[in-house]
Amino acid sequence: MQTGRIYEVSEVNEHIKALLDEDAALAGIFVRGELSNYKIYPSGHHYFTLKDPEGTLRSVMFKSAASKLRFRPENGMKVIAFGRITVFPRDGQYQLYCNELTPDGVGDLHVAFEQLKEKLFKEGLFDQQHKKPLPAYPERIALITSSAGAAVRDMIRVLGKRYPLAKVIVLPVRVQGEEAPPEICGALRYVNQWKLADLIITGRGGGSIEDLWAFNDERVARAIFASGIPVISAVGHEPDVTISDFVADLRAATPSNGAELAVPDMAELQIRLRNMETRAAQALDRKIKLGRERLERLRQTRSMLSPLNYIQDRRMVLDFDQERLANAMRNAVHGHREHYGRLAAALDALSPLKVLGRGYSIARGPAGEILKEYTQVHEGDTITVTLQRGRLGCTVTERKK
Amino acid sequence: MAEKKLSFEDSITRLEQIVKLLEKGDARLEDSLALFEEGTGLLRRCGTMLDNAEQKVVRLMKSADGTPAETEFPKESV
Repeated sequence: MQTGRIYEVSEVNEHIKALLDEDAALAGIFVRGELSNYKIYPSGHHYFTLKDPEGTLRSVMFKSAASKLRFRPENGMKVIAFGRITVFPRDGQYQLYCNELTPDGVGDLHVAFEQLKEKLFKEGLFDQQHKKPLPAYPERIALITSSAGAAVRDMIRVLGKRYPLAKVIVLPVRVQGEEAPPEICGALRYVNQWKLADLIITGRGGGSIEDLWAFNDERVARAIFASGIPVISAVGHEPDVTISDFVADLRAATPSNGAELAVPDMAELQIRLRNMETRAAQALDRKIKLGRERLERLRQTRSMLSPLNYIQDRRMVLDFDQERLANAMRNAVHGHREHYGRLAAALDALSPLKVLGRGYSIARGPAGEILKEYTQVHEGDTITVTLQRGRLGCTVTERKK
Repeated sequence: MAEKKLSFEDSITRLEQIVKLLEKGDARLEDSLALFEEGTGLLRRCGTMLDNAEQKVVRLMKSADGTPAETEFPKESV
C-alpha cells in the first residue's frame, strides 16, 4: 500500500483479505473456545461466536460442513473449531470459516451419545415399564448381526450348547458404516412383520466407539423400542455401553452373554426335570401310603376284625325289632277288639228286635215298605205285621188320621 | 393328539403344574395316578426333546416378493 494515497473502502478490505489469505497458518487453523450466540439459519448455515475470557471470534459453518456434525452444538460448550480465517469484505470483518467442530476434551461422538441418551431417556424409551419379559423357552431366535464376524459364531455356539431346541435364524446385516443403521432397523421390522422369532438378539463384537456407532443410532434405538418381540442388545465388550443397550428389553455385556441370557441351560433343565420326576414320584408314594394307612385303620375296626361279631350285632338288632313288632301287633289287636265290643253293644241297644220284645210290631206295606203313616195304604190293601215271634198278613179295613 | 403339538414350554409348564397338584395331595387317588402317568409321559417327552435336540441354524434372506427365504447357514467350525 502507498502512503498518502486515498483508498476506497473495498480496496482496503481486499488488501487486508489478501494479506490474511497469504498466511499459511490462517488457511488451516484449530481454535479452542467457548460457543456463544449459536444460531442456525433457515439456509442451513450455522453462525456462532467463539470466545475466551479476553476476546471473541466470529465464525460461520456452512450447511455442507454443518451436516456432518455428529453432536448438537450448544452455547457454553467448549469446542475446538478447525477452518480458515479470512475477511468478509462486505462487513469488513474477518471471521473463521469453520469446517469441523468437535467438543473439547471429550470426543464428539461421546457428546452425541450423551445427548441422544438424554433425549430418549426424557421420552421414556428406557422406562422399565416398556421392558418386555423374555420367553422362558424361546423356540425361534433371530440374530440380527453380521454373518461374518466372530460374534455370530459365538452366539450360535452358545445357543447350541445351552439350548439346541431353539431354532436360530440369522438375518445378516452390516453392523458398521452408513448402511448399518437402516439395515438393522429393516431387519428388526422384518422379523416383527413376519413374526419370524419369539426373541431377537442384535449386536456385534467389540470395536472402537466409531465401530459400535450403529448401535448408538437414533433410528436403531427407535426400531428396537418399536419391536413387539423382545430384544436383547449384545454389543461389544463388557464396558461398552450403547443406546441400544438402554432401549433393549435386556442388555448383554457381549454377544456370547446375550446368547446365554436368551436361553435356559439344558444341563440345568435336565436337573430340574429329574427333580420334578422325584417330586412327582414322592408325592404319589405319599398318597398311596396315606391310602394304605387309612385302609389299615378301617381293617382294625371290630366289624372288620370278626365277621361273626357283625352278624351277632345284627341278630340282636333283629331280635329287638321282632319284639317291638309283636308288641305293636298285640296292642293293635287289643285296641280293635275293644272298639268292636263298644260298637256291638251300641248296635245291640239299637236293635229293633228289642222293641218288638216290648210288644211293638212293625207293619209293612204291599211293597214291603215300613208303614209310618195311614196315607201309605188304602182300604183293602194287604199289609204284613212283624211281631217278636212270627208275622201276620192283615187286610186294611179302615184308615184314620 | 393335542399332546403332540405341545411345545417344550407348554410341556414343562404342565409338568410343573402336575407336580404341584400331586404335592398338594388332595386329588383322588385315581386322579393322582392319572396325573402321575401324564407327568411321566411329559417328563419322558421333555427329556427326549432335550436329548435329541439338534440345533437348526438358518440364514434368512428376503426373497424377490419380500417373503422370508431360509437358506443354510454355512457351518464351518463353529
